[in-house]
This record gives sequence, structure tokens and C-alpha cells, in this order.
Amino acid sequence: MHEVAPEEQFASMEQQADVAAFGMWVFLATEVLFFGGMLLAYAVYRGSFPEGFAEAGRHTKIVIGTVNTVILLTSSFTIAWAVHLAEKGWGRGVAVLLGVTALFGLVFLGLKGVEYYQEWDEHLVPGLNFQMEGPHGQAVQLFYFLYFMLTGVHGLHVTIGIVLVAVMAVRAWKGAFTKDYYTPIELTGLYWHFVDLVWIFLYPLIYLVGRSG
Amino acid sequence: MREYLPPRSLVLTWIALLGLLTATLTLAYVPMGIYNLIAGLSISTIKAALVVVLFMKLLDTSPIVRVAAAAGLFWLAFLFSLAATDYMTRVDSHIPIVERER
Repeated sequence: MHEVAPEEQFASMEQQADVAAFGMWVFLATEVLFFGGMLLAYAVYRGSFPEGFAEAGRHTKIVIGTVNTVILLTSSFTIAWAVHLAEKGWGRGVAVLLGVTALFGLVFLGLKGVEYYQEWDEHLVPGLNFQMEGPHGQAVQLFYFLYFMLTGVHGLHVTIGIVLVAVMAVRAWKGAFTKDYYTPIELTGLYWHFVDLVWIFLYPLIYLVGRSG
Repeated sequence: MREYLPPRSLVLTWIALLGLLTATLTLAYVPMGIYNLIAGLSISTIKAALVVVLFMKLLDTSPIVRVAAAAGLFWLAFLFSLAATDYMTRVDSHIPIVERER
């Protein structure tokens, strides 16, 4: 076991870890604004077409959406647990929990695929096969454009997260981390939690709109 | 072996998140007009705060890290508030006038 020493530009391991966390949070702040722009578009059009958005929301797949929310919340728990074990230096335990987290991510994407397939079947995909009669057809199409944009970009983030988590699982299994050095696990955890945070806000905006109407 | 178990704080956070999910799902089916949206977003904000504080442990980080995180929310607030000064004060536009939900 080699001695853990910071890179030469840092005074200590603590400072090095702190700078890495700072960088991750700066990146996450840019991600907040990236999703924020799309959420602003959603807010403006929902304000303009409240009835159309309510109608559109009733066509979303509430069961799949809710199950996927449970999956992502649970995966946040498992990766937080993994980071906790990493603090104690238990590489194998960390690897197993990261593997479980990645698996949750895959199930999420699988269910999302089933959902997209059903929406394709119901002619809800703007630009490809969208078809809806009635006074709100245009506004519903606008909702589904935002829906595919938001969930598509979110799904891309989940995919990147799965790759990151899986790579960290392999590295943890091989003993790449110790209780003095597990920054990559911590940062991967932050990214995964962020993906969960985005979904926490997408859930009511996509699946719960119009349910009481 | 017991040391492999997750700390109580993580388990409780997870249970709280699932509880809040149940609450937001149930409330969505109760007709409350605009308060449906307010309830949904309020519960999401509480869930997000739980994740940020107890899973991401933001409050345990150094001040500069917290400033970076706060900057994201700060500029998001700018984005929404400055856009609102436009969209919420438009009298005529190609977009139909906002009709408030009762």
C-alpha cells in the first residue's frame, strides 16, 4: 500500500478533496441553469395554455413515472450509503452498492423506454407522429415537445451517470480507493444525486399536472 | 458486520423521501386549483432540500463550496424573475394572454 500524498499544487489531501468538490458543485450550478432554461419554457407555456397542459398531463404514464421516481430516490439512498462505506475504506461494500445503484439506473431507463414506446403508439411524439383532435391539440403537442426534450436530456444524464457509477464500482472492487482517498466516489455520488434532484422537480410538472381535473 | 449497515440518518431520509412522494401523488388528485401546483412544487422543494443536506451533505462542506452551490440557485432566480417581468406584464402578444387557473 503506497502512501497517499496530494498532487504538488495542493498543501494537503483535505485541500485537494475540497477543490475537487468545489469544481463539481460549480459544474452542477451550470447544470441547474441548463435545466432551468427548459423549465422556464415549460413555465411560460403552461401559463399560456393551462387547459392544454392539464389535458396533456392526463396522457402521461403515471404508474411508470411514479415507479421510476421510487427507483431514483432509492438509488440516491444506495449511492449515499456507498459514499458512507467509502469513508470507512470498505472497497468491496462500496463496489456492491455502486453496482446496485447502476442497476437501478438501468431499470429506470428500461421503464422510460417502455413509456416512450407507449407514447409512440398513442401518436404523442411531436414532429414524428403527433396526432390529436380537439381544441387543445396544439398545446398538448407543445407539452409533449417539452416532455421529450426534458426527459430525453435527463435520460442522457442518467446514462452518463450509469457509466460513471459502473466505472467507480469496478475501481472500488479492485481496491483503488482507501479511507484517505475516495474523492471520485464522492463526486460521482454528487452527480448521481443531482440527476435525482432534476427528476424530483420533473415528476410533478410532467405526471401530476391536470390529475385533479 | 453491523458496520456495513447504513447510518440511521440515510435510512430516515430515504423513508421521508418515499413518504413525501406518496403525499405529492395523493394531493395531485384532490381538486385545489392553483394550490395543486403550489403543493407539488413545495413538496419537491422539501425533497430536494433533504437530498442536498442529508445525501449530498452540502452543509458539511467548506464555505466556498456552498457559495458555488448557492450561485446556481441565485442565477436561476435571476433567470425566472427577469423573464417574469416580461411574460407576466405583456398586454398583447402572439401568445394568448395568461388566463389564471382558479
